[in-house]
Amino acid sequence: MVEALLEARNVVKQYGTVRALQGTDFSAYAGTVTALIGDNGAGKSTLVKCLSGVAMPDGGEIFLDGQRILLDSPTSAQRLGIETVYQDLALAYDLDAAANLYLGRELRRPGLLGMLGVLDKAAMRNGGAGALANLGVRLPAADAPVGSLSGGQRQSIAVARAVAWASRVIFMDEPTAALGVVQRERVLEVIRRVRDSGVAVVLISHNMPEVLAVADRIEVLRLGRRVARFAAGDVDVEDLVGAMTGALEASALGANDVEANDVEAGAQTGGEGNTNGGNGR
Amino acid sequence: MDRPAETDPRPVAARADLEGEPEAGAGETLLSRTLRANSLWIFLVLVVLVLGFSVARPQAFLSPFNIQSIFTNAATLLVVSVGMTYVIVSAGIDLSVGSVLVFSGVVAAKTMTGIGGQDSGWGPIVIGLVVGLLGGLAWGITNGILVAKAHIPPLIVTLGTLGMALGSAQIITGGTDVRNVPVQLTAVLGQGRLLGVIPWLVVIAVVVTIVGGLVLATTRFGRYTYAIGSNTEAARRAGIAVDRHLLKVYALSGLLAGLAGDLSLAYFTTTTIGGHTTDNLSAIAAVVLGGTSLFGGVGTMFGTVVGVFIPAVLGSGFVIIGVQPFWQSVAVGAVLVAAVFVDQWRRRARENR
Repeated sequence: MVEALLEARNVVKQYGTVRALQGTDFSAYAGTVTALIGDNGAGKSTLVKCLSGVAMPDGGEIFLDGQRILLDSPTSAQRLGIETVYQDLALAYDLDAAANLYLGRELRRPGLLGMLGVLDKAAMRNGGAGALANLGVRLPAADAPVGSLSGGQRQSIAVARAVAWASRVIFMDEPTAALGVVQRERVLEVIRRVRDSGVAVVLISHNMPEVLAVADRIEVLRLGRRVARFAAGDVDVEDLVGAMTGALEASALGANDVEANDVEAGAQTGGEGNTNGGNGR
Repeated sequence: MDRPAETDPRPVAARADLEGEPEAGAGETLLSRTLRANSLWIFLVLVVLVLGFSVARPQAFLSPFNIQSIFTNAATLLVVSVGMTYVIVSAGIDLSVGSVLVFSGVVAAKTMTGIGGQDSGWGPIVIGLVVGLLGGLAWGITNGILVAKAHIPPLIVTLGTLGMALGSAQIITGGTDVRNVPVQLTAVLGQGRLLGVIPWLVVIAVVVTIVGGLVLATTRFGRYTYAIGSNTEAARRAGIAVDRHLLKVYALSGLLAGLAGDLSLAYFTTTTIGGHTTDNLSAIAAVVLGGTSLFGGVGTMFGTVVGVFIPAVLGSGFVIIGVQPFWQSVAVGAVLVAAVFVDQWRRRARENR
């Protein structure tokens, strides 16, 4: 088996008394679309936050390419080539598409003006147009504020931004939620294209047919733990729903699981992740 | 927050296609976008006012003396409003500017009189002016730390420092204005002119406004100010050091209020402790009149300049045509409410898409 590009081991995250992640494992592979599914409250969003630097886990370890990494901010994740399409898109609605694509990474003019902090707006506009064109996105006006665009166009911009900067891993939290049929198809196409470029794509979605259509592997979270892993070809929607809800017990899952050894039936024996807590604050 | 899928009433098929959707932006030209900008409309209002007063009383309104006094009177407010523009674009507010202005004037005056006296040379004057600037900067940094690091709402923070700065100024002076400021200061900075034509006050205000406008419109500092005002969380996730940036924005506002304190001291030859209680509201009104959104993320320095000059022109014009100048407050208040109403209406139209 190829080594995972991004791997989380025994990650714990607690919000007050709520243990959102109770020793969760997760792995994503280069050039592979991994779907992360689970019912509401299973800990998907929390896990993504921990793996994209938005939240600091209280315990557990995260590895990128076999190296233990510390993700203490979105910036440190971005520096490692990890990008996220947030569910709320995280766009500055009063700025135009190019400004959003380069947000936090603005290009500056060469020479003295650049040292004074003067932006190279033309270069960013060109680069932004290129990044959008790569996704087949055409905007009515390049300098219209993002807030004046449609939901689908906004979503395309958020996806384009992550795709443009992600060199290793890209998290997509419900990237097709706001989209119509045609657009949805196009985003799935983009996901495949990004995967083919060698990036590890992690797709968080509630839409099971979509998951089955685009994912190569599926990891299932339930109550803050990984409860199953599947190869996409071997399962149907019923299996996934069964794993998500717990209707399908781990023993039964073994038959379908591509990595039967890894099935997290053992998790119930209570791996208190705090002991590994070198990652904590 | 923004989940159009759940709220979008349109059938799926009618929703956006990734390619070339005929949305509001379609076929938008530079002209149509300019026409939509708030600041253009308010600029037209200013032009109409100037034309109106000029036609009504050309001799009086367009006299060099009147033009000069309009500009001179507006100079300190303009300096304060430049800082206020940054604060409001970042979705904040600074109520303390008037008090900080007074505080800076007081510490500047006390320094000058303490080490130099009324006949002192430029040494004590310059030291006093710098002390005034530093006094403003200190209050600005205080505001910035409380807003950005302690996460107290800026309205409360600056309401608190409004009281503290004014109270401190009164404690330092015992409540009576410092009047014996150096003659040189008022003669040169207060009444002097560049090349004998343009008052130094106006020159300084214009330079501050141009630099402030360029930084806001063309630099990364300006871009971050817009981004934070537009969506703080998005800016943070994009790796922008939001807290540090907000600290700088409030520090800038304090520094410019300090500069305005120096200018005011030079112009009025006294600290005018009681004369700036509504400066904060005048500056906020000017910024908002100029099309800057109180919700942050939108605004221009050009708009702020227009917003400063509308009350100034109205006040001067009413006096000249013999209307009670109190009507100025009424008119500005009405236009202000209308401007915010239009801004809110535009935002709602946008959110509902």
